[in-house]
Amino acid sequence: MSTIYPVHSLWTVAQGSAPDFKAPDFEYGQMSPTLIVIGVAILGVLVEAFLPRRSRYWAQTVLAIAGLVAAFGAVIWLATDGYAAKEAGIVAVGAVAVDGPALFLQGTILLVSIVAVLTFAERRLDPQQHGRHVDSFAAQGSAVPGGEAEQAAVKAGFTTTEVYPLVMFAVSGMLLFPAANDLLTLFVALEVFSLPLYLLCALARRKRFMSQEAAVKYFLLGAFSSAFLLFGIALLYGYSGTVTYAGIADVVEGTKKTIDPALAGTMGNDALLLIGGAMILVGLLFKVGAVPFHMWTPDVYQGAPTPVTGFMAAATKVAAFGALLRLLYVVLPGMRWDWRPVMWGVAIATMILGAILAVTQTDVKRLLAYSSIAHAGFILAGVTAATPEGVSSVLFYLGAYSFVTLGAFAVVTLVRDAGGEATHLSKWAGLGRRSPLVAAVFAVFLLAFAGIPLTSGFSGKFAVFKAAADGGAMPLVVIGVISSAIAAFFYVRVIVLMFFSEPQADGPSVAVPSALTSTAIGIGVIVTLVLGLAPQYFLDLAGDAGVFVR
Amino acid sequence: MESLIGLLVAVPLLGAALLLCGGRRLDGIGHVLGTVLSFASFGIGLALFADMLGKDPEQRGLHTTVLSWIPVEGFQADVGFQLDQLSMTFVLLITGVGSLIHMYSMGYMEHDERRRRFFGFLNLFLAAMLLLVIADNYLLLYVGWEGVGLASYLLIGFWQHKPSAATAAKKAFIVNRVGDVGLSVAIMLMFTTFGSFAFGPVLGAAGETSEGKLTAIGLMLLLAACGKSAQVPLQSWLGDAMEGPTPVSALIHAATMVTAGVYLIVRSGAIFNGAPDAQTAVVVVGAVTLLFGAIVGCAKDDIKKSLAGSTMSQIGYMVLAAGLGPIGYVFAIMHLVTHGFFKAGLFLGAGSVMHGMNDEVDMRKYGALRKHMPVTFWTFGLGYLAIIGMFPLSGFFSKDGIIEAAFAKGGTQGLILGAVTLLGAAITAFYMTRMMLMTFFGEKRWQPDAEGNEPHPHESPKSMTVPMILLAFGSVFAGGFFAVGDRFLKWLEPVTSHEHGDPAYGAGVISGAALACMAIGVVGAWLMYGRRTVPVVAPRGSLLTRAARRDLLQDDFNHVVLVKPGEYLTRGLVFLDHSVVDGVVNTTAATVGGLSSRARRMQNGFARSYAVSMFGGAAVLIAATLLMRAV
Repeated sequence: MSTIYPVHSLWTVAQGSAPDFKAPDFEYGQMSPTLIVIGVAILGVLVEAFLPRRSRYWAQTVLAIAGLVAAFGAVIWLATDGYAAKEAGIVAVGAVAVDGPALFLQGTILLVSIVAVLTFAERRLDPQQHGRHVDSFAAQGSAVPGGEAEQAAVKAGFTTTEVYPLVMFAVSGMLLFPAANDLLTLFVALEVFSLPLYLLCALARRKRFMSQEAAVKYFLLGAFSSAFLLFGIALLYGYSGTVTYAGIADVVEGTKKTIDPALAGTMGNDALLLIGGAMILVGLLFKVGAVPFHMWTPDVYQGAPTPVTGFMAAATKVAAFGALLRLLYVVLPGMRWDWRPVMWGVAIATMILGAILAVTQTDVKRLLAYSSIAHAGFILAGVTAATPEGVSSVLFYLGAYSFVTLGAFAVVTLVRDAGGEATHLSKWAGLGRRSPLVAAVFAVFLLAFAGIPLTSGFSGKFAVFKAAADGGAMPLVVIGVISSAIAAFFYVRVIVLMFFSEPQADGPSVAVPSALTSTAIGIGVIVTLVLGLAPQYFLDLAGDAGVFVR
Repeated sequence: MESLIGLLVAVPLLGAALLLCGGRRLDGIGHVLGTVLSFASFGIGLALFADMLGKDPEQRGLHTTVLSWIPVEGFQADVGFQLDQLSMTFVLLITGVGSLIHMYSMGYMEHDERRRRFFGFLNLFLAAMLLLVIADNYLLLYVGWEGVGLASYLLIGFWQHKPSAATAAKKAFIVNRVGDVGLSVAIMLMFTTFGSFAFGPVLGAAGETSEGKLTAIGLMLLLAACGKSAQVPLQSWLGDAMEGPTPVSALIHAATMVTAGVYLIVRSGAIFNGAPDAQTAVVVVGAVTLLFGAIVGCAKDDIKKSLAGSTMSQIGYMVLAAGLGPIGYVFAIMHLVTHGFFKAGLFLGAGSVMHGMNDEVDMRKYGALRKHMPVTFWTFGLGYLAIIGMFPLSGFFSKDGIIEAAFAKGGTQGLILGAVTLLGAAITAFYMTRMMLMTFFGEKRWQPDAEGNEPHPHESPKSMTVPMILLAFGSVFAGGFFAVGDRFLKWLEPVTSHEHGDPAYGAGVISGAALACMAIGVVGAWLMYGRRTVPVVAPRGSLLTRAARRDLLQDDFNHVVLVKPGEYLTRGLVFLDHSVVDGVVNTTAATVGGLSSRARRMQNGFARSYAVSMFGGAAVLIAATLLMRAV
């Protein structure tokens, strides 16, 4: 491990005599997935600036997908070159870790993003407006809803192609988030992916007020949680005199004996460690949507454009859980006995409240939001195992869950009536009679959410519950199974509604999507079934990726 | 040659797959295809038989393992075939009689629009039955066992538009299920006792196993045999099974499938030899069924149901012989084979009569048919002489062997069993003579059918009469061929082992007694049905007759003893389900729903209250973390 504490040393530079400035070594190759995505995002901004409006859509779509595929290729290259195991190490002057979990999560995020961008680019679902195909995003984000400017923008056939660079910036932050190896990089990465998401939430073409309300709520509460995170970072710095994960871990474990004279009053004060650690946890638990920091989830999921909701629900969760795992397993293993009971409590509350609240929901998107809360609880059960098996089970669950989620939200975009997407559950009655294929696909996703065998949901749930049980968290598993049973009720209720109820006379119609959404849903179904029928290869992959570098 | 064994099953299975999946394209040639494949299977059987004859008697068994079916640590189930003399006997009987009945069906089912499906089911039956007899372990035997059950169900209910056929199929399936439970329990017991269910290890180790365990396994196997072979107390389905097309009754419910129970007992001889109590149970079941079936056969006016009673009774003979142990096994199988010939022939004859009489089955509406249907009359007549045990036809030799073995059991038991078998022979002669007289002799009692068509009895086409003639040959000569020089005994001895019993009376005395009993039965029937005119409407009859017409009240018994208590039990369970189970479930659901609506109120849409919740949550989290350290 490196002995340089970069940020801290910057501070001392100002006090002492100026040493020779040495340019830091920067491992571009090992950082390449993140760098590629950032590069493409900047290119996207240039496209917005210089290309004529009409050609932007295709340029942006192709650019985004090409960039994500290239970044995924880079991840594969790093993994096959051994950076997931024996070559794993800390790069970028101690700021970023390149190891198994990081590469696995980055690969998952990139695949999820590719599928999500396909749903972003869909332009066949909404009816044509003034002879032009339009997507799910507002004609002009800055125009006041219902105002003259908006009407003019709609008439001109504008579309907000800025969403692509925004998504790419968000993805770059998400790639960095689970790989961040010091607290400041963690914070920067968090803001880099959060800010574009706030904007994306506000850009729905229909129901714009609701969309903007969601964005403001998300922004306010996100800023609030960032404050907790930042304050926690400050307290941990006061406790350890450093912001790198390894440095803090050394102080927690007591291997570092020397005390920084400037911090003599605070260093080694356990109260700072406990309060600071808890506050950082608050920031991360907000992002994963754990109880009691979950309340933004239903409102934002419902208000945001559905492709964005799918992207958020899948990719954000992967990134945030990755960061949470690294924090708990690298920084705080020495205080495992302090954080485990607390995380138990959070996991139990999240599983039960998520499942119970979902029972009375009447809106598909809100239902899926509460379902995502319950699933966050299941994943937290795996996190608390505090074993390598716990890590790999969570990695597998995240991969399995994110594709189910994306697929489910993609199906939601298809069911429409005159007012756009028909998300009220009563409108879904009898869908199986009118569109058996779409209903059957949605049923597959619901069964996967419920954890029925032969779907990826079962494999994932089995993996995390097994890891939790082996890690001594049997009560957690029991509660997990009970809340799974409650959750199964509302998933199956939707299936019953779709297949065994009479269709409404003025019910919604199912729009015929282009190849983009069809591909996205198809990938979701295939991944769901493959991970359910033959999960072993992927379980092994996640198992090999279960060790963090320090 | 080992590779040919698998083909025995594969060929008819291929036929079933083609015919059942091939669709309408095969409607035109389906029946020919099924019959050709059946004969092909018979040809393979003959080739294997010829090969077997060329070998030393002790070296005749063939064995091959096709694939490892369930390879689990400590649980090895293979798909393996074993073809020894016992299996070979069954293979030839099944494919030989089966092929003839396929051929007969070409004529019998000519005008049925679902003919292709019928032949598909027949081929499926052949494949399953062959699998049953060549499996080298009980688990694979169980697959065949269930397979023939399925084929039997499908074929009994083949005319599914008739509610009676559909009900009969269900009844057969359900009653058989009771027996199948016995077989599955027996297999489980074998696995826990011997650690295997292959014939070799299980039967080889039976000698060193405690009598208690062997008795338990034996009784379970007997239960299975009772179900499949229609023995008391699981006999009630066979009479109703006659709702199926007549070729089905001939093949499945007379010649082959119903004898699977006998095969099971003989195959498991080593187990029964070590469990005298189980053997006694087998003998009792056989003796009771022997008389039961014969009495039912006397009272029925429906020609097929009367024959069904007779089948029950004859299988009773076989089961009784199998229960006698090594002195009876060979005779059980020998009677099984000869019975296969003459009972199949009798059923085909009955089918031929029905074919000519507008599908009428009531013998009281037959009469004087011998002039109109000469081939049927002669073949049926030879089958009749064989079954009643007329010297020197097949039945005489095989039944005589069983009667002798029964007396050879010795002691009071031997005396009782001998008397029962002799009494059975007399009753057999009675009901068969009655059938013969009512059908072919006397005056015409023909009645127009429901649509008012007068019957015009005529001889059946060649495709039907040729199989009947061939089976009649078997009925006449098979027994003598087997018995002369103890050919059958020497053939089967290496597999089943045989002990010569020591009958208390000379063989001549017993044969004479059997022939005398037969004569009494024949004369009795002639006095009642030959000399007097047969009324078209059945007279009220004695109490016993009325009971026998209702199958000796078996269905009433089942209804009172099993169905009624079952109904009360299910009613109780439904009540329990509604009040207790549903009550708990609904209360839980209501509680969750209530909690959900209450918790929803916190989700009020205001960012400020969300922030408060977060703040409170963070405070609790931090407090809890600090508290953990303090504790």
